[in-house]
Amino acid sequence: MKHVDEYRDAEAVARLAGAIAAATTRPWTIMEICGGQTHAIMRFGLDQLLPREITLVHGPGCPVCVTPEAYIDKALEIAAMPSVIFCSFGDMLRVPGARGDLLGVKARGGDIRIVYSPLDAVEIARANPGREVVFFAVGFETTAPANAMAAHKARSEGVKNFSLLVSQVLVPPAMEALLSAPDTRVQGFLAAGHVCTIMGTEAYGPIAARYRVPVVITGFEPVDILAGILACVQALEEDRHEAINMYARMVRPEGNLPARTLIDEVFEIADREWRGLGVLPSSGLALRPAYSALDAERRFGAAENAATAPSICISGDILRGVCSPLQCPAFGGACTPEHPLGVTMVSSEGACAAYYRYRGATRLAGD
Amino acid sequence: MSESRNVICPTPASETEVVQMAHGGGGRLMNALIETVIRPAFANPLLDQRHDGAVFEAGGARLAFTTDSYVVKPLFFPGGDIGSLAVNGTVNDLAMCGAEPLYLSAAFIIEEGFPIVDLRRVVASMEDAARRASVSFVTGDTKVVDRGKGDALFINTAGVGTVRAKSLVGPAAVKPGDVLILSGDLGRHGIAIMAAREGLAFETAIASDCAPLWSPVRRLIEAGIEVHCLRDLTRGGLASALIEIAEAAACAIKLDETTIPVQPEVRAACELLGLDPLYVANEGRFVAFVAEADVVRALDLLAGDDVSAGAAVIGRVTAEERGAVAIRGAYGAIRRLTMLSGEQLPRIC
Repeated sequence: MKHVDEYRDAEAVARLAGAIAAATTRPWTIMEICGGQTHAIMRFGLDQLLPREITLVHGPGCPVCVTPEAYIDKALEIAAMPSVIFCSFGDMLRVPGARGDLLGVKARGGDIRIVYSPLDAVEIARANPGREVVFFAVGFETTAPANAMAAHKARSEGVKNFSLLVSQVLVPPAMEALLSAPDTRVQGFLAAGHVCTIMGTEAYGPIAARYRVPVVITGFEPVDILAGILACVQALEEDRHEAINMYARMVRPEGNLPARTLIDEVFEIADREWRGLGVLPSSGLALRPAYSALDAERRFGAAENAATAPSICISGDILRGVCSPLQCPAFGGACTPEHPLGVTMVSSEGACAAYYRYRGATRLAGD
Repeated sequence: MSESRNVICPTPASETEVVQMAHGGGGRLMNALIETVIRPAFANPLLDQRHDGAVFEAGGARLAFTTDSYVVKPLFFPGGDIGSLAVNGTVNDLAMCGAEPLYLSAAFIIEEGFPIVDLRRVVASMEDAARRASVSFVTGDTKVVDRGKGDALFINTAGVGTVRAKSLVGPAAVKPGDVLILSGDLGRHGIAIMAAREGLAFETAIASDCAPLWSPVRRLIEAGIEVHCLRDLTRGGLASALIEIAEAAACAIKLDETTIPVQPEVRAACELLGLDPLYVANEGRFVAFVAEADVVRALDLLAGDDVSAGAAVIGRVTAEERGAVAIRGAYGAIRRLTMLSGEQLPRIC
């Protein structure tokens, strides 16, 4: 497989693991922001290759995990309407709100369609002029360009029966919130390479300097992740607090300018609630006034918070990297992928689901 | 930890009072549906063998009997169609009992409006596959349902065969020390279906591995290879099949990921689609649990048959940690294989 095999090469992996061990003299706690990186670390067992001193904690970078319950409930309500075709990325269908999940609505007759691109949802709207087509626009900076493109296309081509239920969030404000918390354990970050491919690297230098943590922009393959960890450990050992781009083959300092321009045309910065983290100021995107006619919350009513019941689940602490899934009393017992008590077990990119899938309900020897 | 930041995000238990697509996906939900709703209603010693088919004595002959329904979309795909699938799937379930497939039934549930030209094409494909597998259709049924009440065409086939294996073939015969032989590369059927369904085009067209498996199994049995268990790797793929066997046999299975053959184009497609080839469906692959002393001979025999020419040793059975399937990756790290909750692909077969 061109362009992938060289970043999975066993010799390169062994060499990097050796270099990390040689560079490490003290204990360090490093957070990978992105759920895709968490998944790769568990799938390839990269954590098993690290010296004892290095602790990886898993960040909130899973769009499915951080979408607030209020938006899931709103999605359930809209998707159950007979006049609506509700379009979503597949991963959102299993996420429970207060009243079940989208798969349940589908099983009861809701017209819910999995799409691979929001542009497909615009096409569905065009093909079904008598129905309201709603796309569930969730995710980080990585999904924002395509979602913006869908809004732009629907508006410019006059597709009136299309709207977006928007719960779009941004990574840097979440990093700042995590670092501001008094109980933070994070000493260094692996920033999500694909987010930087879109947005560039400029946000991370100031965070590194202000909170005195190295921020290493890191890719997703085993060699990328270990190279990111090595750069982070070296910076920590040398007391350097800077943004380092270890994913330069994909990430330019300015990011993808046409994509950023498109995002900026359609969306504006807004306060957003994060499941598990609460409302973070200026941490997400909302449709600009010129696009507000495409806002599903204007057509179908605003997403409103229901009171959350107390639970044994510690997914809030897991999303903040304060706890590991293995520290949760419910993990693998009361809480499994079939009966998730928290979103980190629901999403395939969630830390609990990754632990469960690759380690099982019980610990492997050596855990 | 400050009180104000200790936000939790509990989710309610998932609802299960209606059947969802994941109940048909070959994962944990499907097992739960079978174990809690279906098996208790019919419980008997033959059903409790928990194998691909039932094996029993009748009139002095040792027979195997199985059935399967086919609801694949699209009906026609690279490397096969619903017709060839409906023959090979049932033939293979018999072969996995160590039985020579003999006779099949075919039942068609056809939606109003389905083109007869397509039905002819499916039936011709079934006849072709039946000839290749040396079986005959000897009984059948057709039903037509209102437009919108079916999905073009569903086929059910059942099959009977004569058991040729001298000793029990099934999870109960699996022993620590057994070696796992995989009959060829993984994932081609699932990816071919996915690509056809979603209109994905890859550099090289990926064709389904759909094929009858009695011929390689017969080679093993006739040569006197000590075969303890056979399993074709359909819904849920290699991983789900091995987890089921490890649980049923109360043993552990250790795999070496570097020896599991996956074609580069299948691997690339899996990367693109976010799938793990170990969980992708196959329709012409099986795993054989073979006594260690017979491994070299078994590999030779399988290499001599077209459908198992790529056979390879992928792991072994151990006595430790009952029910666990662990896989050692290219970097020496070990991970557990776990049963997926639902499907990777909806309605694959």
